[in-house]
Parts: sequence; structure tokens; C-alpha cells
Amino acid sequence: MSLTETTYLVVGASFALYIFIAIRSRAGSTQEFYVAGKGIHPVANGMATAADWMSAASFISMAGLIGLSYNGYGGSVFLMGWTGGYVILAMLIAPYLRKYGKFTVPEFIGDRYYSDTARVVAVICLIICSVTYVIGQMKGIGVAFSRFLETDYETGLFSGMVIVFFYAVLGGMKGITYTQIAQFCVLIFAYTVPAIFISLQLTGQPVPQIGLGSTLADGTYLLEKLDRTLLDLGFQEYTTSVRGSTLNMAAFTASLMIGTAGLPHVIIRFFTVPTVRAARTSAGWALVFIAILYTTAPAVAAMARLNIIQTLEPQPGQHLAVEERPAWFKNWEQTGLLGIEDKNGDGLIQYSADPDTNELVTLDNDILVLANPEIAKLPNWVIALVAAGGLAAALSTAAGLLLAISSAISHDLLKRTLMPDISERKELMASRLAMAGAVLGAGYLGLTPPGFAAGTVALAFGLAAASLFPALLLGIFSKRVTREGAVLGMLAGIGVTLAYVFQHKGIMFIPGTSFLGDLPPNWFLSIEPNAFGVVGAIVNFGVTLTVSRLTAPPPESVKQLVEDIRVPVSSS
Amino acid sequence: MMMRFSLTPLPGDCIMESNDVTARQIYWRENRRWMLILGTIWFVVSLGCGIVWVEPLNQIQVGGFKLGFWFAQQGAIYTFIVLIFVYARVMARLEKRLGFEEPEA
Repeated sequence: MSLTETTYLVVGASFALYIFIAIRSRAGSTQEFYVAGKGIHPVANGMATAADWMSAASFISMAGLIGLSYNGYGGSVFLMGWTGGYVILAMLIAPYLRKYGKFTVPEFIGDRYYSDTARVVAVICLIICSVTYVIGQMKGIGVAFSRFLETDYETGLFSGMVIVFFYAVLGGMKGITYTQIAQFCVLIFAYTVPAIFISLQLTGQPVPQIGLGSTLADGTYLLEKLDRTLLDLGFQEYTTSVRGSTLNMAAFTASLMIGTAGLPHVIIRFFTVPTVRAARTSAGWALVFIAILYTTAPAVAAMARLNIIQTLEPQPGQHLAVEERPAWFKNWEQTGLLGIEDKNGDGLIQYSADPDTNELVTLDNDILVLANPEIAKLPNWVIALVAAGGLAAALSTAAGLLLAISSAISHDLLKRTLMPDISERKELMASRLAMAGAVLGAGYLGLTPPGFAAGTVALAFGLAAASLFPALLLGIFSKRVTREGAVLGMLAGIGVTLAYVFQHKGIMFIPGTSFLGDLPPNWFLSIEPNAFGVVGAIVNFGVTLTVSRLTAPPPESVKQLVEDIRVPVSSS
Repeated sequence: MMMRFSLTPLPGDCIMESNDVTARQIYWRENRRWMLILGTIWFVVSLGCGIVWVEPLNQIQVGGFKLGFWFAQQGAIYTFIVLIFVYARVMARLEKRLGFEEPEA
């Protein structure tokens, strides 16, 4: 069976599974549609959260980001940032919002800040964060299809939309939860199997996390070898190269951490478990499942980078001839992820940090994960599995985001603001319509991605960190914060962050409209735009607390609400 | 505590209420204490060991890893998992002790 046939078979089987689950788990009430009836076991929810959380970016791009773009140590910002947020979530956010016990994040903000304005501002912030995020997932679906199944991008995108449409519209949170559990199993298997093999081949150690610190066949440590090889090629040392400055790395990490704890599609997953206690353990399980991938990724990054370098230059000074490059290398050249140019005409490929002499002219981040099974000479079914895994990662995250968007529209805008008298049955219908609209809207944005689609995932975290996170945290931990404070705080936080990004990256990312230029010397305290969320969050906290002091304290009922959510059982 | 209530005769509902208020205060105080302890560790292993003190820690070699690099790419994540489960456990115990246990759904 050819590789394409195997891939169709494996991806087709995984899609059939998702549809089977969708039919088995239709939602019959708004409670089921929004929060899966609050009956999900904490371990199962942990798995679903892990799939919800790990996007196409985590699966396909992260190892390459760490290993190539951020040259090793600098990429730690993603590893610590995208996992550390779960500690904040488990201690400061999830248990209290679960106790509050309703359906959406803006709903809590609206009730806690006794104001429909606050609710609507929260809905707007939610939509800005989630839409930025979902475009990346739709693109991921299209790209994964076109690379592995040799369809064109549009066909791939449509197939993905049909699948998501099916289970998200039918089952809402209930359908999404069970498909996410299946998707987690597919994606984690697809990620770890090639990693185990590459680790075995390089270090003889089957556990990649240990392999990263083990010795190669020649007795030198893998990381030491990589450091030395990169220095020889003119790069910085792998284990010590800092991204920007120490302050920039700290700000970037902190932005991703608090962004994680403020992203609505993650928070609402914790509304689906039966108790406050279960919300805490579930966050722990989610991190266990996420950590399987997140501790494997740095090993894949280092090993695949070394593998590629050793393919091109097996011994120092002995370069691979253009004619002798392996089959996988030629295959990936066709996709445009790898590219060579024999600049000095000696028939050999010289890889170096110097752009003038470097002959490996294209080395895409995604190649480290995508080409791994072929580099490690694994059978076709493993390669097919990587395709199914990438699609599972993109579909599961897209579905979670679409639910966050559609429930904000049907529940917060319609039921809680515009038409409070709408019946349960009509609201369920409205939520399905909102979901259908969200799928179509996301598909449209995936087809005609606004210029800024690339690299916006990290931005979504900054926006969530600067807008929703402070409002949630202060809403739980302060009884004095007022609606005026929260509304102005959210607007100031998201405004400052967007303004900073726009001034360096262009207004709405249109090239040429940036008025300060995308240049490090113009960065505030040398903090790059993607890392600015933490500054936005500080502005938000400052504005909220100051305005709250100047305005009338919240009514007694709000103080009661805060008292009530702090303790797992309501007083008798 | 039972002694104090038995010495000061109050209507039954008042005893229940003030008892509940004290239990809530203990619960919230203990909760904040654990958040502070675990939050400090969270901060130290990630932004501390992984970023701020990474250079001195990198002088220490553990197997094939420089220690600072290991914290940034492996150690911090393992610690995060432990922190969440410790927090979940101490809170569950506290709730049992103070009678805030939720019924199994």
C-alpha cells in the first residue's frame, strides 16, 4: 500500500471515529450543550483539556520553534509558559468559577460586576482572543490536509469544517468533550512514537526525556555535541542562547502563563466536571497529559536538529553532495519546507549561520516534526499517524474555541442581555445556529486569512492575559473591585496590548502602517510584541484598582456572591 | 471550640452561623497560605531557576544536562504537576476537616 493510501486510511478511520462519537453524544439541553451536563470525570476532562489546549501549533510547530527559530534555550519560554499557566488555573481560577456553576466566562464577569456593559465587554474580549486563535487552527487543518493527503488547501479546509460542524453543532460541549478525548489519544500516540524511535537511534535510550541528557554512540553527550556543532557552524550555543534579553524571556513566559489562565476555551472545560474538588484534580491531570508532549518536544527539537545537521555534514568538513541527498529530503523539498541552493557551485551542501554562504536556504520549523518519521526510517503507518495527529490537534482546539465563541453569542448576548425571556428549547436552537455560524465564519477566515494569520497564536495569549485574566482574578479575590473599574481595566489592558502590537507590526498587521517599525531598539524595555501581554495585564490591574477606589463599592449581593464562590459548598 | 459555644448559650441557628463563619475564615486563611507557599515554588522553579538564575545553575552539570537548561525545558514542568496535585490534596483534606466536603455527584 502506498503512503498516500495508508494516510487516507488512517485519517479516514480517525474521522469515522469522531463522527461515530458525535452521533452517540448529541446534546438534549442547554446544560449539555454548554457544559456537557457537568458530569465529566476529572481524568477524562483532563484528557479533553489537553486536546483542547494543544493546537496545531503545539503539535506541528513547537519543536521547530524551539529547535530552530529560538535556537534551543530561548524556546523554553513556550515550554514553561504554556504549562505554568495550569498552576495558576488550578489555584486561582478554575475551582471558584466551577463553584459559581454557570455556563460561560462573560457570564461570570457580568454577574460579578453587576453590569451588562461588563458582560458585553467581556464577550468582545473573548471574541478577539478566540478568533485570533481559531484562524491559526483552520489554517493548520488546510495545511495538514494538503501536505499529507495531497489535496489542495481549500478541499482540506472544507473537509475539516464538515467534521467540526457535525460534532460541534450536534453535540455542543458534550460531543466536543468525547471527541477531544479520542483526539488526545490519536495525537499523543502520533507524537511520542517517532520521538521514541529517534531517541533510540541517537542515544539508545527509549525515553526521549532521558535521551536528551544521554550520550551518543561516540560517547559525547547529545547536548554537548549539539552545542559544539552549532558553534562550529557559526550559530550560538544551543543550551544557552537567550531570546532577546532575560527580561524579554521572563515577560514572554509570564504572558503565556497568565494568558493560559485567562483563555475562555480552556476555562470552560473546567465547568464540565461535577465538583470543585474535581476541577482542581482535573487541572492536574490536564497538565500530566500536556506534559507528555511538552517534555518530549524539547527532545525532538534537539535530536531532529542534530539529525539534520549530521545528514548534511556527517563529519566536520565532509559535506553531503547535492546528488546524494536522501529521498525524504527530496520529498520535503517539493513541499517547500526544505530548500537548497548550491551557491559556491561545488556540488556540496554547506549549512551555516551566515546567510551569504548558507546553502540550506529553506529550513521550515515544521520540518522537525513532520519529517521525523522519515528521517528515522519508520514505516508508512507511523507517517500516516503523524498526519492524523496533526489534524486531531487542530480540530480539537478549533472545536473548543468555536464553542467558547458560540456560547458567548447565544448565552451571553442573546439570553443574558438581549432576550432574557427566551425559552430553553429556543436557546438550544440558537446555540446550534451560533455554532454553525461560528464554523462558517472561521472557515471563511481560514480561506482568506487576513495578512496577520501567521504568528497570531502567541498574540491571542497576550490579549487574554491583558483583558480577561485580571477581571477574573480580581473578581474572585477582591470584594471591593467595582464594575467601572473592571470595564475600564479590561478596555485599557486590551487597548494597550493591541496598540503596542499594531505600532510595531502594523495597524491590523497591514505592512507599512507600523509607525514605530518592527525593530528591537524601539521595543519598550526590549520586550517583543508577543510578550507584551504581561505589561497589558499590569496596566489592567492598575486601572481597575484605581478606578475601583474612586467609585461606589459593589452592592451587598455581589459581596455575597464572592463569599459564596470561595467555599465549595453553599452554607446551609 | 465546642466548649466555648456550650458555655455561651445562644439560639441554635446562631451557633450554626457563627460556626460556619469561623470555618469559612479558617478555610480561606489556609487556602491563601497554601497558595502563597506553592505559588512561591512555582515562581522559583520557572522564572527563577529557568530564567533569572539560569547562568549560575548552568555551571552545574547533571548527566548530559546543564542544570539551568534542564529546569527551563524539563524540571519546571514536572514541578508544576506536583504543585497542582499537592494543592488538590491539601484542599481536599482541609474541606474534609472543616465539613466543606461536596457530595459526590
